[in-house]
Amino acid sequence: MPQQTSVLAIVIFLMFVGFTLGLSFWLGRKAKTAGGYFAAHGQVGWFVNGIAFAGDYLSAASFLGICGMIAFYGYDGFLYSIGFLAGWVVALFVIAEPIKRLGKYTFADALDAKFNSKGIKLAAAISTLVVSIFYLIPQMVGAGSLLKALLHLPAHNWHGLDLNHALGVIVVGGVVITIVVTAGMVSTTWVQFIKGSLLVVFCSGLVVAILANGINVNGERASDGAASVTVAPGQLAATRVTPEPPTSARQVTALEGGKIVTGPLGPSEFIAELSDATILQWKKDPAAGMWVGTEVRGSDQLVPGGYFTGIRSPELVKKLDFISLMLALFCGTASLPHILIRYYTVKDAAAARKSTVVGIISIGFFYMLTLYIGLGAMVSGAMDPADSNMAAPLLARTFGDVPFALITAIAFTTVLGTVSGLILAAAGAVAHDLIESVMGHKLNDHAKVGAAKWASVVVGAIAVVLGILAKDFNVGFLVGWAFNVAASANLPAIVMLLFWRGTTKQGMIASILVGTFGSVTWLLLTKEAFANFYGIKTHDGYMPFSQPGLVTIPLSFAVLVVVSLLTRKSNYRIAV
Amino acid sequence: MHADTVKPDTGVDESSIHNARLGIVFFLFYFLLYAGFVAIVTFKYEWMARPMLGGLNLAIVYGMGLILAAIVMAIIYMLLCKRPVAP
Repeated sequence: MPQQTSVLAIVIFLMFVGFTLGLSFWLGRKAKTAGGYFAAHGQVGWFVNGIAFAGDYLSAASFLGICGMIAFYGYDGFLYSIGFLAGWVVALFVIAEPIKRLGKYTFADALDAKFNSKGIKLAAAISTLVVSIFYLIPQMVGAGSLLKALLHLPAHNWHGLDLNHALGVIVVGGVVITIVVTAGMVSTTWVQFIKGSLLVVFCSGLVVAILANGINVNGERASDGAASVTVAPGQLAATRVTPEPPTSARQVTALEGGKIVTGPLGPSEFIAELSDATILQWKKDPAAGMWVGTEVRGSDQLVPGGYFTGIRSPELVKKLDFISLMLALFCGTASLPHILIRYYTVKDAAAARKSTVVGIISIGFFYMLTLYIGLGAMVSGAMDPADSNMAAPLLARTFGDVPFALITAIAFTTVLGTVSGLILAAAGAVAHDLIESVMGHKLNDHAKVGAAKWASVVVGAIAVVLGILAKDFNVGFLVGWAFNVAASANLPAIVMLLFWRGTTKQGMIASILVGTFGSVTWLLLTKEAFANFYGIKTHDGYMPFSQPGLVTIPLSFAVLVVVSLLTRKSNYRIAV
Repeated sequence: MHADTVKPDTGVDESSIHNARLGIVFFLFYFLLYAGFVAIVTFKYEWMARPMLGGLNLAIVYGMGLILAAIVMAIIYMLLCKRPVAP
C-alpha cells in the first residue's frame, strides 16, 4: 500500500499536541497544593468528571486495540468492548459511593480508612505501581505505532530494535511527563475531558462515513489469481500464496448478488451485507516466508472464535482462558487505581455516582461504535498486514488526509489522557502512600507535590523502556493483562472491606500481595510472554492459559478470608 | 488554600444504605445477564450464529444488548438513588 508522509497530517497533529500542552501549562498555575495536585481540590463538576472518566478509560486499547482486533479477527475484538463496559457496572453499583466516602487522595486511603495501617498503605502502593506500569505498557506501544504511521520514516533497526517505534514511545513519554509534572489532576482532568469528547464525536463521524460509503469489492477472488493459486476441494475458501505483502490484511472479494458496491447502508444493513460478503484473509507463514490468503464468509467474522480459538475446542482447559479474561474485565475496572482516584476529584458521593453514570453512557456509546469502526476497517482494503493496532487510523486515511490527521491526533491525545492519569496514580502512591504514610516523612504540600513530580518522571521512564520492548503485542491484549492484575490485587480487598465486618488488616495485606504477585508471576510464565517479551517463539510457557484472573481473583479472596479468620482474635485482644 | 476541601466523608446515613442495597440488586441482575452471555460464548458458541432481530445474529444482538442494558440500568439507578438528608 503506497503511503507517503502527509505534511497536513503532521501539522494538525502538532496543533493538537501544542494545544494540549498549552492547556496544561495554563491550568498548572492553579495547582500548587497537594489537594489541587492529586484531587483537583475535589471541585470538578460531575458532568466534566464523567466525560473525563471516558477520557481516562478509553485508552489506546479501546481505540487502537479493539478496533484492530475486530478488523483482524472479527467479533472477538467486540468481546473486549462488552467486558470493558461491564466492569463499569461493578464500579457504579458497588464501589463508587463508598470509595468516595472513605478516601482522600488515593484508593489506599479508602482501604486504610478503618485500620490506619502502614502495611495496608504499603501493599496498596505496590499494587498501584504494578498495575499502573502494566497498564502503561500498551499505551506506549500504541503511541509508538501511531507516530510510526504518521511520520512514515524509513525503517531503522538497531540490534533488532525498531527505532521508529522507539521514537514514538519516547515522544509520548516526554509529553505526558511534562503534562503531569506541570499541573497534576487539574490539567489531567481537562485533557481527559477534551480527549473523551473528541474521541466520541469524531468516532461517531467516522462511523457515519463508513455507513455512507457502504461496502465495496476491493480485492480479487483467490481463484482468479495466477499460478500461485491452490483451491482446497470441498471448502468455500480458495487460497492465494504470494511472497510480497498484500495491499491490505483483509479484502472484500465478493458481495451478495454479484454487486461491486452496496452504496450507503444503515447500521443493521451494514452487518447484513458484511455477513453475505466474501473476505480474503491474509496471514504470514513465517516458516515459508510467504503470505497466505484464504477466503472466508463474512458471517464467520460475526461470531466468536476467530481470536479466542479455545472456545471452539472440546477441551475445557482451553475454554478457561476466555472465561478468565471476561472475569478479569468484569472485575478489573473497579480496581484500576487511575479510575479510582477520579472519585476524589468531585465533592461528594452523589457527584461520584452521577459522574459514573455519565461515564457509562459515553463509554458505552463509544464501544458500540468500535464494532462499526473495526468492521469498517476490515472491509476498507487499507489494513497494514503487519500491525493490527493501526486499523482505525488507516481506515480514516481512506477518507482523506484530514480525517487521518484528526483521528491520529485524537488517538495520540487518547494515549496522553490515559497515561497522564496512570502516572498521576502512581505518583500519588509514591508521594502520599509510600513516602509520607509508610516511611513516616511528614511532607508539607510543596514537598509532597515535588516528590510526586519526581515519581512521575521515574514511572514515565520505566513505562517508556517497557513500551519499546513490548512492541509486538496487540495493545488490547496487553490491557487485558493489566485488568487481570488489577482485579486480582485490589478488588477482593475493596469488596471485603465494604461487605464483610470480619476483614482484618492482615487479611487485606495478604490478599493484595498474593493477588498482585500471583497474577504477575502467572503472566510472566505464559506462552505469550515467552514469545513477545523474551523472544523465545517456540516455548509453550508454564501456564495452562494466558489470563490468570480465574485462578488469582478467587485465590486473593480466599487468602483474605483465611488470614482474616486466623488474625481476628489477635486483633480483638489488641482492641480490648 | 484549597487543600482542606478534599476530605474523606466517612458518615453512612440511611440514604447510603438504601443506595447500596439498590446497587447490589442491580449488580446481581446485570451479572446474570453477563454470565449468561459468557456461558453461551464458551459452551454453545454455535448458538451465537443464529439469526435474531432484523437479520442480526444472536452474538450482535446480545452483545449490543449488554451495552445498552448497562446504560439503561445506570440511568434508572441514578433516578432511584436517594440523596443524603441535609443536617
